[in-house]
Amino acid sequence: MSSRELILGRVRRALADVRPDDTPYEQAVPRGYLREHGDRIVEETVELLAENLADYRALVHRTDTDGLAGTIAGLLAAHGSSSVLVPPGLPQEWLAGTDAARVADRVESTPHELDQVDSVVTACALAIAETGTIVLDGSPDQGRRRITLVPDHHICVVRVPDQVVSSVPQALERLDPTRPLTWISGPSATSDIELDRVEGVHGPRTLEVVLVTGGGD
Amino acid sequence: MSGTFVGMPAFPKAAHEAVHNTTLRGNLRHATHTIRGKRAKAVTEVSDWAELREAGKRIKDHTLRHLDRYLVQLEESVTAAGGTVHWAADADEANRIVTYLVKATGESEVVKVKSMATQEIGLNEALEAEGIHAYETDLAELIVQLGKDRPSHILVPAIHRNRGEIRDIFAREMSEWGRPAPEGLTDTPAELAEAARLHLREKFLRAKVGVSGANFMVAETGTLVVVESEGNGRMCLTLPETLISVVGIEKIVPTWQDLEVFLQTLPRSSTAERMNPYTSTWTGTTDEDGPSTFHLVLIDNGRTDTLADEVGRQALRCIRCSACLNVCPVYERAGGHAYGSVYPGPIGAILSPQLRGTASEIDASLPYASSLCGACYEVCPVAIDIPEVLVHLRERVAQGGPATEKGNKVVLKPAKGHAAERAAMRAARWALSHPGALRTGQRLASRTRRLHPRTLPGPGKAWSASRDLPAVPAEPFRDWWQRTNGGRTNGGKQEGTK
Ligand code: SF4
Repeated sequence: MSSRELILGRVRRALADVRPDDTPYEQAVPRGYLREHGDRIVEETVELLAENLADYRALVHRTDTDGLAGTIAGLLAAHGSSSVLVPPGLPQEWLAGTDAARVADRVESTPHELDQVDSVVTACALAIAETGTIVLDGSPDQGRRRITLVPDHHICVVRVPDQVVSSVPQALERLDPTRPLTWISGPSATSDIELDRVEGVHGPRTLEVVLVTGGGD
Repeated sequence: MSGTFVGMPAFPKAAHEAVHNTTLRGNLRHATHTIRGKRAKAVTEVSDWAELREAGKRIKDHTLRHLDRYLVQLEESVTAAGGTVHWAADADEANRIVTYLVKATGESEVVKVKSMATQEIGLNEALEAEGIHAYETDLAELIVQLGKDRPSHILVPAIHRNRGEIRDIFAREMSEWGRPAPEGLTDTPAELAEAARLHLREKFLRAKVGVSGANFMVAETGTLVVVESEGNGRMCLTLPETLISVVGIEKIVPTWQDLEVFLQTLPRSSTAERMNPYTSTWTGTTDEDGPSTFHLVLIDNGRTDTLADEVGRQALRCIRCSACLNVCPVYERAGGHAYGSVYPGPIGAILSPQLRGTASEIDASLPYASSLCGACYEVCPVAIDIPEVLVHLRERVAQGGPATEKGNKVVLKPAKGHAAERAAMRAARWALSHPGALRTGQRLASRTRRLHPRTLPGPGKAWSASRDLPAVPAEPFRDWWQRTNGGRTNGGKQEGTK
C-alpha cells in the first residue's frame, strides 16, 4: 500500500465519529467578524495607511502624478544610488528624473548581480490601510519576487486612493491566488536578540512608500 | 515522532534544573512578559477578536472533520499548479523523500526557513548523515544551530540566549560554517544582526535548493503561505531553483477566503503586530519567477493518531502562534528545553504525547507540566481547550485506556510510576464528594503548617522532588470566607499572615 493510501485510510478511520451529514462548509463557519474596522471616508483610509506604514518604520512620501518623477529621483539621490532595478512594465516616466543606471529585471540575472544593485522601484497590487501593508503580485510593473528582496533599498509606488483597501478581508477579495504574492509591512526586521527590534537581517533595510494621487485614470 | 531530545530526562527533572538557572529564568521572564503585554494591546485593537477566534476555531475543526477530502483536493490543486505531492507516513519516510529529492538535484547544500515540521522529523540530522548540509537562515535558528543547541520557543527559538552569549557563539562558530564574524564584533543587536546578514547572504546567493514549511495550505487553490519577519523566508522561497516544502497534514484551510481570518489573528497572537513584515504565498510554480521545481511533502507522523482522539483532536487546530507559551507560568520558569520536544509550552504538553504516544517517561510526564490555570486557553486564537486535553491525557497516563497508535486501536496500560497519581485521583474524587472531609483536611493542614516538610514523604516524594511545596496559608480559604463574609467585613485581612 502506498503511503498516500495508508494516510488517507488512517484519516478515514480516525473520523469514524463524523457523520456523513456533518454540517457542510458553507454553514460550518460563522463569519460574524467585520469586513473592515471602523467607519472612515476615503481620505481617512489613506491617512491610516500612511500612519501604519510609518509605525512599522517605512518612510512615507506623498506626491501627485506630476511630482512623481521628481520624488523618485530625489529618493534615489538621497540614498546615494547609482543603479536602479526596473521591472519590465514600470511606467517609463517614473524614472524620467533620475540618471541612475537602469538595470533590467531579467531571468538570467544571478542573485549576485542583483546584490550589486543599489535600489529597486516598483508599483504594487494594492495596499492595506489597517495593517500598513503593501502587496506585490509579480505583475509587469512589479517584476519578479527577488528584485524587491535582494537590493537593500525598495521604493514602492501606491496609487491612492484606488489601490488602497481598508482591511485584510478586502485585500484577499481583490488578489489573485494563482499569482505569487508578497505582503510587505515595513522593512525586514528581527526581534530575535533579547526582543530588541533590528531592521533588515535579510530583506531591504530601507522601504520607502510613495503615495501618489491623480494616477487612477 | 523522532526528534525526542536524546537522553532527555522527564519533565520534572529537566524543569527542576532549568528553574535554578537564573540567567535562563531572567531571559525568559523578560521575553514572555514583553510579548504578553504587547499582544494584549494588539488584540484589543480589533473589536471583533471574539468572532475571529470563533471563525478560526470552526474553520480548523471543519477541516479536520473532513481532512481526507481536503487532502485529496489539495493534492489535485497543487499538482494542477505545477507542483509534485509526496506523502510521508512518519519521520523516516519524510526524511528519505527529502534526501532523495535533494540528491536528485546534484546539490549538497540546502538553505532552510525555520519550520517546526522539519525540526520535528529531525531533517537536518538526516540530511547531514547523507552528506548534505542544511543551513538554518532565521536569525534565531542560526544562533541555535551555531550554538549546537536546541530551540526553546516556537517563535523566538533562541529566547534563552542573551546578547553576550550570542556574540560569543558568532565569534567562535561562524568561521566553521562559512563567512566568519567581523573582527571586533560587539554585542549590540544591530551589529549581531549585520554579522548574520553577511554570513547568511553568502549562502542564499549561491543556494540551488530551499527547504521550507508552511503556515497554511489552501485546498481550493493549492496555495502555500509562509509568514515571517526577516526575509530569510522570501530568500529560501524565491532564489533557489528547487523548493521542497515539508508540511503537516493538519495545516490545511479549505478556501482562499479563510486566510482572512488567520492573517488577522496569527500576527497579533504571535509577535503582537498588526501584520508581520513579510507574508509570501505561492501556488505551484510561476514561469520565470521563483523556483522552477516545487515539491510538497505531506507528513502524518502521529497526526492521524491524534485525529482519532475526539478530545485530543483539537490540538491539531494549532497555528503555532506561541501565545500560550508566553502566558504559561510553568513555561516561564521551566523554559522550553524541559519539554523535550520541538513543541514547548502548553501546546507541547498536549501535542507531543499525542504525536509520540505516552510510552516514554518524558511523554508520560508532559500532561503534568501545567498548573491548569487556563491562561493558555484564554489567549489561544483558535480556542484550543488545552486544560481539557491535559486532564484527558493525565487520565490516559495514569489509568490507561483506548488510544490509536500508528493507525491501530490499542488499549494502553497505566504508565509505570503513576500509581501515586492513581491513588491521588481516587482520593481527590472522594474528598471532593465529601465536603466535610475536605474542610477538616484543610484546617488540619493550616494548623500544622510549621511542621510541613519541604518535600513530601512516601509516594508523594516523586511529585515533590522537583517542586518546592507551596506554603500552606494560615487560614483555609473556606474559613476566611465564612469569617469575613467573603471579604466584606474585617477588611478581608487574614489574621496571622506575615
Ligand atoms: S495552542 Fe493556540 S496559543 Fe498555543 S501556539 Fe497553538 S494556536 Fe497558539
